[in-house]
Amino acid sequence: MKDSSLVLLSSRYSILKKRLHPATKEIGLTLYVIRRSFLAMIGFVIVLSFIFIAFFGEYIAPHDPYETNIVQRFSPPSTEHLLGTDKLGRDIFSRILHGAKYSIRAGLLVLLIAVPLGVMLGGIAGLYGGWIDEVIMRVTDIFLAYPYLILAMAFSAALGPSLFNAMLALSIVWWPMYTRLVRGQALSVRESLYVEAARSKGAGNFYLIYKHILPNCLSPILVTFTLDMGWIILATASLSFLGFGAQPPLPEWGKMVSDGRIYIMQAWWVSLIPGLTIGLTVLGFNLLGDGIRDALDPKLRRVIEVKWKK
Amino acid sequence: MSLRKYLLRRLVLLIPVLLGVLTLSFVISYVIPADPVRSWAGPQARPEQLEVLRKQYHLDKPLHLQIGYYLKSLVIDWDLGTSPTTRRPVIEDLKAFFPATFELAFCAFVLAVIMGVPLGVISALKRNQLIDHFSRVVALFGVSTPLFWSALILQFIFYYKLGWLPGFGRSDFEIERYTGFILLDCLLNNNWEAFKDSLERLILPSVTLAFYSMGYLVRITRGSMLEVLGAEYVTTARAKGLPARVIYFRHALKNAIIPPITVLGFTFGWLLAGTVLLETIFAWPGMGRYAAGSIVRIDLPAIVGYTLIVAVFMIISNLLVDISYSIIDPRVRVGGKFK
Repeated sequence: MKDSSLVLLSSRYSILKKRLHPATKEIGLTLYVIRRSFLAMIGFVIVLSFIFIAFFGEYIAPHDPYETNIVQRFSPPSTEHLLGTDKLGRDIFSRILHGAKYSIRAGLLVLLIAVPLGVMLGGIAGLYGGWIDEVIMRVTDIFLAYPYLILAMAFSAALGPSLFNAMLALSIVWWPMYTRLVRGQALSVRESLYVEAARSKGAGNFYLIYKHILPNCLSPILVTFTLDMGWIILATASLSFLGFGAQPPLPEWGKMVSDGRIYIMQAWWVSLIPGLTIGLTVLGFNLLGDGIRDALDPKLRRVIEVKWKK
Repeated sequence: MSLRKYLLRRLVLLIPVLLGVLTLSFVISYVIPADPVRSWAGPQARPEQLEVLRKQYHLDKPLHLQIGYYLKSLVIDWDLGTSPTTRRPVIEDLKAFFPATFELAFCAFVLAVIMGVPLGVISALKRNQLIDHFSRVVALFGVSTPLFWSALILQFIFYYKLGWLPGFGRSDFEIERYTGFILLDCLLNNNWEAFKDSLERLILPSVTLAFYSMGYLVRITRGSMLEVLGAEYVTTARAKGLPARVIYFRHALKNAIIPPITVLGFTFGWLLAGTVLLETIFAWPGMGRYAAGSIVRIDLPAIVGYTLIVAVFMIISNLLVDISYSIIDPRVRVGGKFK
């Protein structure tokens, strides 16, 4: 039984090795390695369900997340209110389902602003070198030396506390990591023959970044991206918890934890459950990110290759 | 390059980064749409009062002059300005709040190290065994759970439900303050009752903070240790029949410790920033709460002062990390880090 499954897997692997387009092969191989790891699979499932809830949660939700019902305030988890109700008698389960979309929006918005910015700056710094590199990297140092939560809080306070401004604030502080990552890669690629060849054909710097540097650092960016999704969800929740993000009555998870905070003695579920949801989601992204990292790790790949060749 | 020269050079390089941090703070304060003076003076303030305040804090001047005035008083008088909302010199405020935060961050740091590094090492040695899975899950949970939430839950369990530990604030014993660091002061006073009380109050916040920062440390230690254990000199050592203890500690750990130490460098920075959340929950009278309050009140001098202090500590802890490299690994010569 075990042998036959091994054969099946190994043949699948060899198909991946031989016939397909490189990109398809790459994705297939990554998925394959993730599939082999139990923890990464858990992460994958959590992330998938999170994305699903973010898109369709509002249609599943049994109650209106804003509908208040003072009579039923602080009712413990039951069949009617699966996860209980909060101080205004709102259904926590429905609020959590609705809240997922704010978290995913935050993560995507921050990364959509921060990643291109970081990649561009890092690519420019690495390619041009000299004083441009020096200036960009020193600015990066400054942003890294600045406590990011404080910076985000200050931006958010300055722009007026709202969920959107909190996301904007986080985007402003999130790019330096990507700049460093891409710059390192750009430095190592810069002297390679194919970049020289492209240059001699008259390729511009932006073309070089897009065509040669970016593909080379795609895998570390992908790993960082996945792990960062978790971090940004945490950071957004923290900002909301401190009052610099989502404002009531928005069902944002961090805000829900802070709302339940003073009532923890009479109704622990109000704070506990949204916090647990945040933790679980972030855990999912971390597990998946680790899995992708392993999948892209050339050392580990070689091990798998050798294993299946035998 | 000698160590002293290297240190000097790094400390000189600190200045532009600090200037940058300062400029960044001023730029934020300059571009904000809200009028800080109005928030300082309160809603009933007359326009003349606002004008006076604005003049006093040079807010009527262009940005570069504002920074210039600030730098002038900083360099000449070591003065970080006066907070318009607490009406005390910022440096006095920070001096009052800093020990509480430092104490908390330091305890958490020590806890994270003494739990995180051994856990990472054990995890690597017993790869894919029960203890490895356990420590990885603990580590991942530590990284993934929101800090403010785990703080709340621990407070709920150990303070409200079980009543084992105090849940709020710092020790309120009346003791002579020599240093501001309460544990140290209790010892200097030879007051063991106060010491016990302040230690108990430190446990919950510092454990929460340690748990949070430990996760990353465990992961890095484990990864680095695994890499080293696969190296050829470890195989050689095994082949020579050296005892496991010698292999693991003399050969492997010594080589594997560099990445965890790098992590420790910025962990301390995280811890200082992480206290913002913790101090709100545990009513801990530290810098983080002061900073959060200052941001709400748009208290510019206080925010600038706080960020400067934190930035200095972040840079210094990174510097200490770089120096410790050369102590642990003689191949890394401090001067060689510079091109």
